[in-house]
Amino acid sequence: MSARLDQLGLGFVAILIVAAILVPFLSLAVSPDSAFYLPPYLVQLLGKYLCYAILAVALDLVWGYCGILSLGHGAFFALGGYAMGMYLMRQIGTRGVYANPILPDFMVFLNWKELPVAWWGFNWFPYAMLMVVLVPGLLALAFGWFAFRSRVTGVYLSIITQAMTFALFKEFFRNDFGFGGNNGLTDFKDLLGFSLQSASTKAALFSASAIALIVAYAVSRAIIGSKYGKALMAVRDAESRMRFIGYRVENYKLFAFVVSAVIAGVAGALYVPQVGIINPSEFAPANSIEAAIWVAVGGRGTLIGAALGAIAVNFAKTYFTGAFPEYWLYGLGLLFVLGTLFLPKGLLGLALKGSEPKPREVISVDAVEEGAEP
Amino acid sequence: MTPLSACRRAAHDLATRLRLRVAPALALLALLLSASLVRADALDDTLAKFLDDKFPQTAAAIGELAAEAPPQAAAILDALGDNRLLIDPADHLVAYKTVAGQILNAKTGAPVEGVDAAAFKKVRVNNALRSAIEGAMGSLTLANPDPGKRLAAAQDVFRTRDAKALPALEAQLAKESDPRVAAALKLAQAAIFATSDSATPQDRLAAIATLKERGDEDAQSLIDTLAQKTTDPAVKGAAASALSSIHTRLALWGVAQNLWYGLSASSVLLLAAIGLAITFGVMGVINMAHGEMVMLGAYATYVVQILLPPSLQSWSLAFAIPLAFVVSGLVGIAIERLVIRFLYTRPLETLLATWGVSLILQQLVRSLFGASNRQVSNPPFMSGAFDVGGLSITTNRLWIIVLSALVFIGLQLVLRATPFGLQMRAVTQNRRMAASMGISTARIDMLAFGLGSGVAGIAGVALSQIDNVSPNLGQGYIIDSFMVVVFGGVGNLWGTAFGALLIGLANKLLEPLIGAVQGQIVLLIFIILFIQRRPRGLFALRGRAVEA
Repeated sequence: MSARLDQLGLGFVAILIVAAILVPFLSLAVSPDSAFYLPPYLVQLLGKYLCYAILAVALDLVWGYCGILSLGHGAFFALGGYAMGMYLMRQIGTRGVYANPILPDFMVFLNWKELPVAWWGFNWFPYAMLMVVLVPGLLALAFGWFAFRSRVTGVYLSIITQAMTFALFKEFFRNDFGFGGNNGLTDFKDLLGFSLQSASTKAALFSASAIALIVAYAVSRAIIGSKYGKALMAVRDAESRMRFIGYRVENYKLFAFVVSAVIAGVAGALYVPQVGIINPSEFAPANSIEAAIWVAVGGRGTLIGAALGAIAVNFAKTYFTGAFPEYWLYGLGLLFVLGTLFLPKGLLGLALKGSEPKPREVISVDAVEEGAEP
Repeated sequence: MTPLSACRRAAHDLATRLRLRVAPALALLALLLSASLVRADALDDTLAKFLDDKFPQTAAAIGELAAEAPPQAAAILDALGDNRLLIDPADHLVAYKTVAGQILNAKTGAPVEGVDAAAFKKVRVNNALRSAIEGAMGSLTLANPDPGKRLAAAQDVFRTRDAKALPALEAQLAKESDPRVAAALKLAQAAIFATSDSATPQDRLAAIATLKERGDEDAQSLIDTLAQKTTDPAVKGAAASALSSIHTRLALWGVAQNLWYGLSASSVLLLAAIGLAITFGVMGVINMAHGEMVMLGAYATYVVQILLPPSLQSWSLAFAIPLAFVVSGLVGIAIERLVIRFLYTRPLETLLATWGVSLILQQLVRSLFGASNRQVSNPPFMSGAFDVGGLSITTNRLWIIVLSALVFIGLQLVLRATPFGLQMRAVTQNRRMAASMGISTARIDMLAFGLGSGVAGIAGVALSQIDNVSPNLGQGYIIDSFMVVVFGGVGNLWGTAFGALLIGLANKLLEPLIGAVQGQIVLLIFIILFIQRRPRGLFALRGRAVEA
């Protein structure tokens, strides 16, 4: 399957490159009367889908190739988003309602006198970008180090990742925590001096998202293709055996988990300037689970399937929540149920079915082992 | 001569004769009742003051009514306060309109007839008069023959600290025979002394002693006020020592109250989590739709409440509990048969599929019952609260603790004393071995899932009594339930009970220290760290059953 998948991957990258060039062109250079014109809101929407696709690739790296179903990846995404949001907040400066040059509006509103330490340096773009990578990465490192070292696996791991994002969800809701409470961060003005309202900034953000998706795919693909990646997949299929052979299973998992969290953080950082807001609801456990279904629908362990799944499901979501708002949850629910029941390899797996040699029935041994766990 | 006029004449004759005979007796009676007649005359004078319809006169009349306390006083004052007191200055008549609209003579209470309603005019009141009316009503009820009313009136004065009620209060205190009312009166007196500027040091010392005995937050703030008003060192000292004694007492009761809250939270958690522990224990899959089973149970209670005739409402729970168990249990069995069965070897995907089921169920309930909260009322035996010392215990929470204990005992009996329970434990401990011994694991899975879901339905009945019934009801409890199961370990209901107790208590004991949200976060982090040390929970199964 791998060779065919790599061909598809190349096609995927090519399409993304074309999109990264064509979308700004259609949005900026084509006259609004033309049939090919892309209005800025559409560019923004597509950019949002690409950010979800990056998150899906990140999740697929750990779930599809390492067997870790993280139900807390939304937390890494949101943390990256908050880091970007903090930079954007500091850029507002005196244009806020209270016109305070240092403090964001909500701090003035809460009667705070000085900037909390956590906000220091966020007016400087490189520092903010460092944090976009560092905060999710360090959280994943600490969390994963504890979890993998003590051999928390399977559903237990899923549940505690969910608890992690739930804890952050609650914490960020508090006004005292210092990140805008339940309103979150919003009313952004500009990014690196470019107004977020202008069509050209939106187009640039779309292209940046497309490039980030290419990079995320390339990094993940490189990891999987390496010797390390083979070991990772072996851990997924038979963790105990790998340990008995002498591999430090926890280190393999930890590395993949941290890389995945960093990619998710970058996705969040690109997402926030495009949607114009970041609030604690991004930490909601439901978001992380939804990301898992993108991956499952598109095809677990294929990377591009995950990305396409994210785009397809979110396109459907945009359409259905607009056209039949009452039925969207039925649709999403059925997608979860039918997708897992009938498409264990996702849509891409279905498409690739004919092209691969029939796999030997080796999975069943480990599957039974897994199922026998209490 | 018509028959009617004949009758009338006969009656008149009789009356004349009677009057002649009865007159001396009447005179005697009048003499005996002179006291009450004087009072009646005083009432006439009082009522006459209303006729002027001037504020000072009305105020005087209110004061007289309060002081003399004739039986009609309460009705008159009530009417005055509501702008229902009517005067007809031309006829020197004071009357009031009842809430039902009938016009009654203020003095006699008899219906006023033959007077044009338009001839009446309302007695005007202003805010000062209104508060005077309230005070007067308070002192009137202080003298009420019913001890229950007197008690309520005394407690009322304690709350309002109305110094105007003091004379009436002291008069009643002197002759009060009921010890409970006397205590309440004394407390009310102390409250007045504590807040009044003119109280003597003796009064204040007495007030401190009384309040110290009461020893609650009201007493604490009253003594605080008192201490600020006084300059007398003896009073100040007494106030300080009373305050510190009340403070200790309150702190102890506060801890007890938090323990009670914790116990209550634990019982709710146990109900919500115990079904999850069964399904997770037996099948090793986490049912993300478990919260929706709870929600269905709550809606079953709501439906029962709607369908039952009013005469059976107080028995609603007797219908709701079995119905909720059956509804949630059947839905659970359907989920197991239709979805989970096929995902057996893929526990992670079960998470996703059951999450999808939960979305569908939520939306289904939203479509059927609407997105807004539904009200489920407590049956009479579950409403209200009572005090144990400084502890306030709400009856519904008490019953939920009883219910969760019963459910726990019932499940233990099912697990320990029935063949089904034996087989279920066998499958939990070692599925393949159990299958080899001839146990139909598929059947056990189905029944265990039904049982766990049914118990979740019962949890929903309990939650409907303390929480809003809405499509999102289950979501609020699901993560905490996971934590309980993960913490307590599977395959042992004691682990679940212990986990629920610990998490519930820790939650409520942390709450006053660091706030509710912070407490929950600390607890989540603790559990996350705890799982690192004991990945299989506190009461993990040991031995061959566990695959490392």
